[in-house]
Amino acid sequence: MTERILEVENLTIDIPVPSGILHAVQDISIHVDRGETLCIVGESGCGKSLTSLAIMDLLPKKAIRQAARLELADESIFGISERRMSDIRGNRMSMIFQEPMTSLNPAYTIGDQLTEALRRHRKVSRGEAKDRAVFLLEKVGITAAASRLGQYPHQLSGGLRQRVMIAMALMCGPDLIIADEPTTALDVTIQAQILHLLAELQREFNMGLILITHDLGVVARIADRIAVMYAGQIVETGSAAQIFTEPLHPYTRGLLDCIPIPGKTQRGAHLGAIPGIVPSLVGQMPGCHFASRCPLVDDHCLAGAVPLFDHRDTNRSIRCLRADNEDTQKISQEGVA
Amino acid sequence: MSDVVLEARDITRTFMISSGFMRGKRPLHAVNGVNLKLQRGEVLALVGESGCGKTTLAKMLLGLLPPTNGTLELDGQPLGSLSHLEIARIVQPIFQDPYSSLNPRKSIGSIITLPLQVQGDKDPSTWRQRAEEIMELVGLPRRVYNNFPSQLSGGQRQRVAIARALINRPRVVICDEPTSALDVSVQSQILNLLQDLRQELGLTYLMISHNLAVVEHMATRIAVMYLGRIVEEGDAETVFNNPQHPYTEALLGSVLTPDPSLGVPDTHLGAAYPNPLDMPTGCSFHPRCAKMMPQCKQQAPRPIPTESGHVECNLYEDDQGKMRMTS
Repeated sequence: MTERILEVENLTIDIPVPSGILHAVQDISIHVDRGETLCIVGESGCGKSLTSLAIMDLLPKKAIRQAARLELADESIFGISERRMSDIRGNRMSMIFQEPMTSLNPAYTIGDQLTEALRRHRKVSRGEAKDRAVFLLEKVGITAAASRLGQYPHQLSGGLRQRVMIAMALMCGPDLIIADEPTTALDVTIQAQILHLLAELQREFNMGLILITHDLGVVARIADRIAVMYAGQIVETGSAAQIFTEPLHPYTRGLLDCIPIPGKTQRGAHLGAIPGIVPSLVGQMPGCHFASRCPLVDDHCLAGAVPLFDHRDTNRSIRCLRADNEDTQKISQEGVA
Repeated sequence: MSDVVLEARDITRTFMISSGFMRGKRPLHAVNGVNLKLQRGEVLALVGESGCGKTTLAKMLLGLLPPTNGTLELDGQPLGSLSHLEIARIVQPIFQDPYSSLNPRKSIGSIITLPLQVQGDKDPSTWRQRAEEIMELVGLPRRVYNNFPSQLSGGQRQRVAIARALINRPRVVICDEPTSALDVSVQSQILNLLQDLRQELGLTYLMISHNLAVVEHMATRIAVMYLGRIVEEGDAETVFNNPQHPYTEALLGSVLTPDPSLGVPDTHLGAAYPNPLDMPTGCSFHPRCAKMMPQCKQQAPRPIPTESGHVECNLYEDDQGKMRMTS
């Protein structure tokens, strides 16, 4: 029996800007089970990072967050006090950021930074916290861990810093880890190592993992389930196999055509492209968000907001009226009627 | 007639790095004896991890940094004998980040025509027309001529950078990570554009990238760099299908193709990149090498010719190596 770790229902983020209201994230529903990896994939500005910040309640002050449900292991974490939230943050769920260079404090030793969260959340002595830090540094593959505790972030390489970030996220034994582009700043060789490590640790500690990335290669290799985001909305969800072998949404298909695949794409041939640019999310947008760039667009797409339909395959949904699949078509027509 | 546009012979660049207060300076060999030929019309990709000397090498090829040792020839003439302006007419760069490589206070038109001005072009009345021609070529609408970089999207900015590089019709373009700051859907547009321009204008590219999927797609030749040396070089197809050097193998093994049936590869590359100030003895790759042999700790490998290029690895020193290579 799987245990649900995170349940997010109808999450919406609005940000007031001088020219109106920016609807950055609209009606996002996601869930993560224990031991499961959910990848949120999308291009810059699609709202994937804001979604993760909203779950952690770390949004900028002026952003307005709304949700029907936001639960961490059956306990609501929406609208609770900042004091209670800070008991949860870094303790029961923690985050790994993209730039290990900027997310570590250069003025403190990594030992200080590693033990801070544990000392804040648990009643442990300095020595116990240090032991845990050494244990986890070794877990993430750092040699001579004890001697590293006295070092400062600038003394470590990029790959090592990201390992420290991962160890830090694990200090309190969280139920859920959110990793926002954890390998984007790293070399390919190190990227493979870090992903390998993340996957291994997730299995070992049986955590839920949300991985946010724009790299489809990473997604394919590590995800159990995938949510594709475009312009503030989830446009398609499904298992990794479903999304990569049979993408349904025109945006997902376009994205997969854009990347050269060694062995499949003919060398030097033209790559697929998605024409046009991402629409502005300021103000109300009637109809499908992808309509302006979609090859399948017709009048229905522009008529009204397109809901996320369940697909006949289990655990799969798609936000499209035109994806050429009979069942989806049928459901979607019912949905519109 | 020689078709070599750009040739580097045994070039080295050494930086003197301070090792602390009251201590002497130590040499850092960022580029350490590199031989490179760039043939007309080819796309040579330079790959390697950060810190391997790719960018230092590119700067030397652009004439922005003189080599400590060795010679560089551009079109058969020594680079040192050419002025900056002459070099700039033949070689032009496109940088990684179009958000920082364009001056935010200059209009698109003045950014694109700046090379004409710098080269002392005689006929300013034709500049606008020439800029518009090149804008059309790179797929920029004419109406953005008077706009500023902040008004353009990332893909459009990279097109501006490409237009600026091409307005004087250079022969060689050095692309330093041309798409890594861009989104996936925009990346493919820029790659397609670079391919088209190469054919239309007969350009030669030196492409620096760590995205090996992109490299495999674009390159005709590949040079793999490790700690300041080119450890393997050859035709793209040969190198990708049959990598000789264990480092090339590991690099290719860490490419994540979007195939959900495969897991995350274990590259066995072990610990971090070595400190270039404190280079390993013998073969500089030996501490991370999966096929390390006892002699690798002392014996630095020599370049050994392969089918289409060369490889530097002790595996191929003896007859056994040759057997492996031909098999």
